[in-house]
This record gives sequence, C-alpha cells and structure tokens, in this order.
Amino acid sequence: MFSRAAMEAARVARSVPLRARVAAAASAAAGAAAVGGATVLCDDAVHTVEYDWPHSGFLQTFDHAAIRRGWQVYREVCSTCHSIKFVAFRNLIGVSHSEAEVKKIAAEFEVEDGPNDEGEMFERPAKPSDRIPGPYKNEASARAANNGAYPPDLSLVVKGRHLGHHYVMSLLTGYTEAPVGKDLLPGLHYNPYFPGTSISMPPPLMDGQVEYPDGTPATVSQMSKDVTTFLAWCAEPEMDERKRMGMKWCSAMFLGLALSMYYKRFRWSPLKTRKITYHDINR
Amino acid sequence: MSRLNLNSILSWVDSHIIDYPTAMNLNYNWSFGSSAGFCLVIQILSGAFLAMHYAGETHYAFSSVEHIMRDVKSGWLIRYMHANGASFFFIVVYAHIFRGLYYGSYMEPRQQLWWSGALIYVLMMATAFIGYVLPWGQMSFWGATVITSLFSIFPFIGKEVVMWLWGGFTVGNPTLNRFFSLHYLLPFIIAGLVFVHLGLLHKDGSNNPLGIKTKTANVNFYPYMYVKDLVAFFVLLSVLSVVIFYFPNSLGDPDNYLEADPYGTPAHIVPEWYFLPFYAILRVIPNKVGGILTMGGAIAIIFLYPLLNTSILRSANFRPIYAVVFWLFVADFCLLAWSGTTPVDDYFKVIGAVVSIGYFAFFVFGGLFVGWLEKTLAFRALSK
Ligand code: HEC
Repeated sequence: MFSRAAMEAARVARSVPLRARVAAAASAAAGAAAVGGATVLCDDAVHTVEYDWPHSGFLQTFDHAAIRRGWQVYREVCSTCHSIKFVAFRNLIGVSHSEAEVKKIAAEFEVEDGPNDEGEMFERPAKPSDRIPGPYKNEASARAANNGAYPPDLSLVVKGRHLGHHYVMSLLTGYTEAPVGKDLLPGLHYNPYFPGTSISMPPPLMDGQVEYPDGTPATVSQMSKDVTTFLAWCAEPEMDERKRMGMKWCSAMFLGLALSMYYKRFRWSPLKTRKITYHDINR
Repeated sequence: MSRLNLNSILSWVDSHIIDYPTAMNLNYNWSFGSSAGFCLVIQILSGAFLAMHYAGETHYAFSSVEHIMRDVKSGWLIRYMHANGASFFFIVVYAHIFRGLYYGSYMEPRQQLWWSGALIYVLMMATAFIGYVLPWGQMSFWGATVITSLFSIFPFIGKEVVMWLWGGFTVGNPTLNRFFSLHYLLPFIIAGLVFVHLGLLHKDGSNNPLGIKTKTANVNFYPYMYVKDLVAFFVLLSVLSVVIFYFPNSLGDPDNYLEADPYGTPAHIVPEWYFLPFYAILRVIPNKVGGILTMGGAIAIIFLYPLLNTSILRSANFRPIYAVVFWLFVADFCLLAWSGTTPVDDYFKVIGAVVSIGYFAFFVFGGLFVGWLEKTLAFRALSK
C-alpha cells in the first residue's frame, strides 16, 4: 500500500528534532525530580511533554520505518508483559512488513485452536489472520507474574490516555531517580509523568537493548519514539487512509459549499437587487 | 406548478415544500432547523450500518466496536461519523434553540411548536446518553451507573426503580441489551416528533428576524429557502468532515477507549460535552435529591419559558435590554459547560453556583421582568 520511497522518505532522520526535544524533556523531568518536593507534596504528575510527531500533520503519514522498528521493540521487550490483542498479524502487511515476512513472524507464535476431530484443543503455529497472542492467558495470570500489577493491553493505549502518543513517549523516557524524601513502596518505580508518580512497570528500555537491522542506534529515546509510533499505529491503523480520504471528502465538501454559495447568490440576486420606490399618484 | 395540485399527494408536497411561503428576510439562523433534521438522518443511517456489526453483549460490545474500527470496510468512517455526528447534532440544536430564544420564536402563537421542540431535545439527550453506553468503555459504564442511580431519589421505591432500569443488581448485560434496543427505537420517535414539530411550524409559518407576520414579503420555499438550507448543509458537512477525518477523537473522552471495568472507577467521571451545563447544575447542590430536582428544574424551565414571557415584541432586534440579557445567557451557558469539567473544590464550586443561578435567572428575569421593563419604559417614552 505504501511505496518503498515513501517509507524511505519518512525514515530520513525525522527523529533528530524529536530527539532534541527528548533531551530537553529528560532534563525537565530531572529538574522536576530535583525540585521533587513540590511534585511529591501534591503527589500529582509532571505535565506530559508535547512532541513534534512526524505523523501529526494534516498531510503526514506514519513513519513506517519507525513502525517497523517499533514492532521489533514491542516484540523483543514489551511483549513479555503487554498484549496488543486487537491487532492481527495481517495488519502489519503493507504497513511495516511484507507478506512473506509476516507469515514468518506469525509462525513464531503458537495459538490455541480446535477442537479437532477427537474433540481436543491443540496448539498450532499462528497464521497471519490470527490476532497477535499476548504473553498471559488472562488478567489473573498477568497479575500473578507482575507482583499484582496488571500490564494493560497496549493496542488502544495511545487513544486511551490524555495526549496519547505524547504521554507514552514521556512515560518511556521519563524514568529518573526518585527525589529525596519520596518513599517508594517495594516493586514501584519513580516516573514523574505517571499519575501519582509511582509506577509498577520497571524501566523497560536501556540503551542498546535491541539491535536494529537498519543500523539506527538503539538509544532509549530512539526506541521509545519507535515503539510509541508503533503503538500509535496500533491504536489508529486507519490513520493514513483516513487522512488521504479526508483530503478527497473535504475538497468535495468545500467545492459543494462554494457551488451552493454561488447558486444561492444566483437565485437571490433578483430579490436582493430589487428597488422599491414610492410614487404619490395624487401629485 | 399548478399541475401539481391536481394530485392530492403532489399538492401536499407543493404546498408544504415547493411553493410553501416563507418570509423573505429569514437569515441563516433559520437553517439550523433543517440542518438538525439532516443530522437526524445522518445518525439514523450511520447507526443502522453500525448496528449490523455491533454486539449488544457485555463481553463483546467493546471488541465489536474495535472490530468495526479495524476490520469492517470503512467501519471507522461510519463510527466516527456517528460519534461526531451526535456532537454536531447537539451543536446545531443548541444553535436552533438559541435562535428561538433570541427572536422570540417561543411566543404566541408558537408555544406548542416550542414545546414539541423541547420534547425532541429531551429525547435527544436520552438517546445520546444511552448511545454513549453502547461502546462499553469506562465512561460508558460509569456514566450509566451515575445517571441511572439518579432515579434512586424516588422515595421508598427508589432502589427498586433503579434495579428495574438496570434489569439486575448493577449496570450489566440486561442494561446494555435494553439500552441498545432503546437506542434504536428512540430516534424513530424523535423522527415522528419532528413531523409533529413541522406540522406545528406550518400552522403559523416561520417566525422571522423582524418578528412581524407578513403576507406580502414572502418567497417560495423552493428555490429560495432551499438554496440557503443547501449552503447550511454544506457548511455543516465541511466542518463535520474536517473533524471526522482529522480530529475524530477530539470531542470524546480517552477513558472510553478502555474497556468497562466494574472494579475500577475512572479518575474523573465526566459526561459528554453537550450534557456539561446540566451536569454542572446537578453537582452544584451538595444534596443529592436537591441536585437532581434542580437539574430537572433546569430542563423543566425550558418548557415553561413561553408561559413566563411578558414581552409584546418578539425579536430581540427591537428589545435592547433583552438582547443584552440574551448574550449574557449565552456566555453563562458556556461557563456552565466549562464549570461541569472543573474539579469540585471551593473556588470552582462558587463559580458553578453563580453560573447556575445565572441560568435560572435568565428564564425568570429575562422572561418575566425584562418584558415588563421594556414595555414600561417604552410607554413612558411614548407618553412624553
Ligand atoms: C516487566 C513487565 C513490563 C514490561 C517489559 C513492559 N511493561 Fe509496561 N507496564 C507494566 C506494568 C506492570 C504496568 C502497569 C503499571 C501501573 O499501573 O502501575 C505497565 C504499564 C504500561 C503503560 C501504561 C501506563 C499508564 O498510564 O497506565 C504503558 C503505556 C506501558 N506500560 C508501555 C510499555 C512499553 C511501550 C513497553 C516496552 C518498551 C513496556 N511497557 C514494557 C509492565 C511492563
């Protein structure tokens, strides 16, 4: 659906200004932690940093190379705890991977199917048409594995939080030392962007955690940006198509508006240009 | 056109749509009515298509909506149209109501027309509230819990009434099921009332910016009013398209993208924006029964307004004091909506109380007193 060239063009280091802002945001977070007193007292969160996403403009598509890298981060890091249950393997086709690649990726997962002729459920390698299986069978087993915390499904997290992608990006790059005087319960970590500032997710990313085949340096901010782009796509897979369709619809409606305004003028001009005069016939 | 009149159906069409006489000076504020009807059509059509893919069952409701968003061809378009269409329906209807307030369209002989419109508005609120429950997100569930619990104010039988509404001991599957059914039913009742509204409109004809009935300055509906309504439709469609395609979630709450969880209350339970003024009034009274009655009063007073009127002039164009009071009311209404989003603490509570009083003051003061005052001042000036 999306040409190589477009993906290539989108890839060309759009991340530079973003990275600069991450650095600024990180120091802001550190600053907030340093003057932590205020943060702790009201026990609220630091304001989400608003980034300049390469996909937020009217004419901008997702950075598809970032989606591809983001899938890698999700697969290698986040998927140990989080599911993306509304996304199917086939959704990746033409977005970040080719059909052959997706078939191979799907086959690495096992899904339950059945019952077979003997009435038994069985495991089989996943197919592109399957939804991506999550790490846990259900919420209870997820909680059991995470000290009682529940890693939420991430397929809608970008739509399900205020400022969506800005928030996820801020959260992932926002981990710092807890300020002096802030008591964290065991198993909790300090993140000034998380409401309440104590989060049960350990800092998921470290520099160099994944190795990108395209040679992009895997810094925390780069991986965060990529996985956030991926999650933004998971939440709104229709976005590119929506914006393209929007151009057509809106143009049609604006044209309709212009024509109907002309038509209105045309119909009304005889009435609007009428002149009513008074003649006194007795004069 | 006269050949049309030979057939009874065609002659009805002719006299009510084609050659229907309308005052020539109607401005674009008179297009909100037809635009509201247009919104109803958009909602019913997009809703019918959504219902083809939606599952009204608590285990599947949320994922069936995601199925619509992801798997159904152009499903996202239909859903965004329906969700944002509801907001635009309210924008248009609020504008329509304010138009009526400004130009005195509620006054004699159009009181019944006003009442039928107010009834449509109440049914719209019910339909929109119920519809918001269907995606079964966090706000759906908790909004439904809060609002249905309001019915517990009935003395003695309150609890039974609420459980009867729920069909169980909490908001659950029976609730969702009946809400789906009602959400499909109510729009057709609204459509029926729209015809009643139109029938009552055609009894006396439209009011106009001068508020004076004319027999000579009329034009045919077609093509003169038709073209103006057409322009209004395209304005509506243009803005709606921009929202649907570029800001489809800007009017919604992020919490509704989290599946309903009866064990986890969202941090803030906020209704959709079009309910905020009434929500603010509900919250401003610290007592539950008092709050509900006051909110009920806020809606009831809309119905009462034609009876409170003392003015002999319709249009605010000729009522300088009322015009000021009217615009103050518009500002008050917006502030009231904003106040519905604020946390309930001392500072905001005071603002909420002031604008709530302002709301009622408009209807009582603007209706009873301003009309009398203007009349008195005018007669005094004339008698000099
Ligand atoms: C060790 C398990 C684990 C890993 C790995 C992990 N998370 Fe989490 N995550 C959690 C838990 C547990 C929570 C719940 C936090 C809470 O509610 O305190 C969470 C919550 C979240 C949230 C929601 C925060 C909120 O506002 O509620 C987001 C977003 C998130 N994780 C993203 C990610 C991303 C992206 C990755 C991969 C880079 C990742 N997580 C990796 C365990 C994990």
